[in-house]
Amino acid sequence: MAFPANHPTGRAQAKVLNRFDVTQRLVARLKHDEAVVGGIGYTNFDLWGSGQRAQNFYMLGSMGLAVPIALGVALAQPRRRVFALEGDGSILMQLGSLATVAARAQKNLAIVIMDNGTYQITGGQQTLTEQGADIVAIARGAGLAQSAWAADEAAFEELADLALREDGPWLIGCRIDRDKPKQTTERDPARIRDQFMRGLGVK
Amino acid sequence: MDEEAPDRAWHQIVRDVLQRHAVSLVVYVPDNVLRPLIEAVHADPFFTAFAVAREEEGLGILSGAWMGGTRGILLMQTSGFATLPNVIASLAVPFQIPVLMIVSERGTLGEFNIGQALVARTMRPVLAALAVEHHTMTRLDEVEFIIDRGITQAVATQAPCCFILSPLLTGGKVFAA
Repeated sequence: MAFPANHPTGRAQAKVLNRFDVTQRLVARLKHDEAVVGGIGYTNFDLWGSGQRAQNFYMLGSMGLAVPIALGVALAQPRRRVFALEGDGSILMQLGSLATVAARAQKNLAIVIMDNGTYQITGGQQTLTEQGADIVAIARGAGLAQSAWAADEAAFEELADLALREDGPWLIGCRIDRDKPKQTTERDPARIRDQFMRGLGVK
Repeated sequence: MDEEAPDRAWHQIVRDVLQRHAVSLVVYVPDNVLRPLIEAVHADPFFTAFAVAREEEGLGILSGAWMGGTRGILLMQTSGFATLPNVIASLAVPFQIPVLMIVSERGTLGEFNIGQALVARTMRPVLAALAVEHHTMTRLDEVEFIIDRGITQAVATQAPCCFILSPLLTGGKVFAA
């Protein structure tokens, strides 16, 4: 396992990044039709805003299910790399899914957590990560040994490159600011699903 | 009617029909009644079978797997189904994903746990409210037809389907006096 040494030990030490910037940096590295599953809320909107790839899935409800959906895609297509983009409020709803991913030892799966400590879309109420919960520490405790906070933008790119190159599962924690998303996802679920399936070569 | 003794138990029939329809992914939150089916799919290398922490998570995994080209089914008991309305309504139905579910029916015909008896009353009204196709299997001779046709319709119409295992079929879970 190639693993960077320069990642911070806890959430408090990680630099606050910008969600749209981080999303763009990830998408720019996707050269092999990697699948990306966007959870609900602004994480999803900024994935949409970063360019509508056919291999992107935009979840519109079912808060917390980005990681399980990504795991399902990864199970079905073991030769494709799959990323789940999820917010802190969302992953707090399905912490068990981190243990499931660890138990499956899903090599082609990476999870990116966008953590700004708030339920931003509902008015900025604090989540539990703002009150002491450390998602990377929780992930390690769930069995995801390759979990790290991105110290800064360069460290995020380094971790993303590792997730694209080396066996997973990976979890990258990103502390992010409370910037508004650039666009809003078009809410047409049947079309989103159909395009995703065509993007994955299933249809 | 055929009066020959059935050569397969309900769980063997379910396993065989799932295999015939290429439903190879089985995720579950366990239940005592489901145990022989869970053991059967674990014993057969055709299936990828594992437990999940929560039923919602299982539905998400099946949705992703379907979009990636793999068919799956979620096994749970009645109280587990009661955790699912939001994700059926916001993921499976609007995205037109044929999520398959098997629910082992608790809460009726001799239930000893009042919590199970109360939550069980929400299952069919929820399925009806969401207009999700559902069928209750009460006899061995109807298991094959219901599962076979149910899967065929779910896939053809891109809609979820829920199969309910009645205690009339399985014997249910009985009070341990």
